[in-house]
Amino acid sequence: MRSVSVSTPDDAVAEVENGSTVLVGGFGPAGQPFELLDALCRQGARELTIVSNNAGSGDSGLAALLAAGQVGRVICSFPRQADSWVFDRLYRAGRVELEVVPQGTLAERLRAAGAGIGAFYCPTGAGTLLARGKESRVIDGRDHVLEFPIHGDVALIKAARADTVGNLVYRKTARNFAPVMAAAARRTVVQVGSLGEVGSIDPEAVVTPGIYVDCVVPVGDQAQRVIA
Amino acid sequence: MTADFGERPERGPLNRQELARLVASDISPGSYVNLGIGRPTAVAEYLDVEDGITIHTENGMLGMGRIADEHERDEDLINAGKVPVTEHPGASYFHHADSFAMIRGGHLDLCVLGAYQVSRCGDLANWHKGEPDAIPAVGGAMDLAVGAREVFVMMSLFTASGESKIVPRCTCPLTGRRCVTRVYTDFAVFHIGPGGVAVRETYGITLGALESRLDVDLTPVPLMKPAAG
Repeated sequence: MRSVSVSTPDDAVAEVENGSTVLVGGFGPAGQPFELLDALCRQGARELTIVSNNAGSGDSGLAALLAAGQVGRVICSFPRQADSWVFDRLYRAGRVELEVVPQGTLAERLRAAGAGIGAFYCPTGAGTLLARGKESRVIDGRDHVLEFPIHGDVALIKAARADTVGNLVYRKTARNFAPVMAAAARRTVVQVGSLGEVGSIDPEAVVTPGIYVDCVVPVGDQAQRVIA
Repeated sequence: MTADFGERPERGPLNRQELARLVASDISPGSYVNLGIGRPTAVAEYLDVEDGITIHTENGMLGMGRIADEHERDEDLINAGKVPVTEHPGASYFHHADSFAMIRGGHLDLCVLGAYQVSRCGDLANWHKGEPDAIPAVGGAMDLAVGAREVFVMMSLFTASGESKIVPRCTCPLTGRRCVTRVYTDFAVFHIGPGGVAVRETYGITLGALESRLDVDLTPVPLMKPAAG
């Protein structure tokens, strides 16, 4: 089997180009690849389109990338939080564009990208502001909206464990968007708590098969971070 | 008015805990349920584990347990409001596309959501007040509104300025059309169906006084509680 490359955070994101679409895993802090985002801040790529559930909170991770002025556009379901002051300030200053997508539609558009689906009709959002300008169609008596896939140039995600061929397992609700993002990007970089030999993960327990993974970045124990 | 209509003008309106307990008592044993952020989260405190009710959280879990104690907090185990929670025996984890396939695919029996407004035909407005400078944020509300088999709303009946949040037509941007089946408020419980808005119970107000404060026609319905209630 093909081995994935094993890298440091900085080497893993070195080739991210200006203007790239970056899929960033996580739901709030759970599953957010903080070490990879810190490396992307140091790397300095600009005019990025970020696809993630949220638009950063506090001052770390995604919020730090926004604060560094590296993000031109955010596609997410829920940018507004009690501590999303970085995004709020940039948005109100007109320095970042926002596309709000219902959470399930965001997940399915990513899934569609990874699964080779050209577009799909979805009932979510029919008849609302978020369906404006979109094609719609009545199917079985119900309004549906045509939604298109979201492809990434690179996905930055977090998993609990990997093996050397890139098979991944996650931990609890930190899984969230990572499996669909891994499949939706041309290049997928995964930060992991531990990296084991090939065969160290039970094939029945693999959540993301290594075919979707290009680069694994061991960052040590990353669980149980104390949260406020 | 029918004899068993639940009019209780002699007591005060329901407080948040009483409202949460009332909603919990109306959830059928064995249901799969999603509880929205805000008021609906409190419903979990009144669900009886013996009833086999399973809580779904859209960030990828079935069998969500109570809010985590200080020593149980784990950043990898949070609810949709990003609050640390616990897991029940039999819990399962899955990714976001599966979680919302579960929702849209009609597999959830019920979701309970907060709202800014509900119209007399069951339109729901709960994601955006329509203010021009607001930062829009929808989360999973639109998916839940179209996907769950039943949508219950929990809210205060009146705004701070005394206007009813049950309206002929929503003025706030819609979350979903004709999706709400029941509205639980501090002053009354409403059932919404093809026949319009029916009142099941009132608290701290008479039906007549309620009718005078709402701009929609109301019909009383016989008090119907599930067997377990």
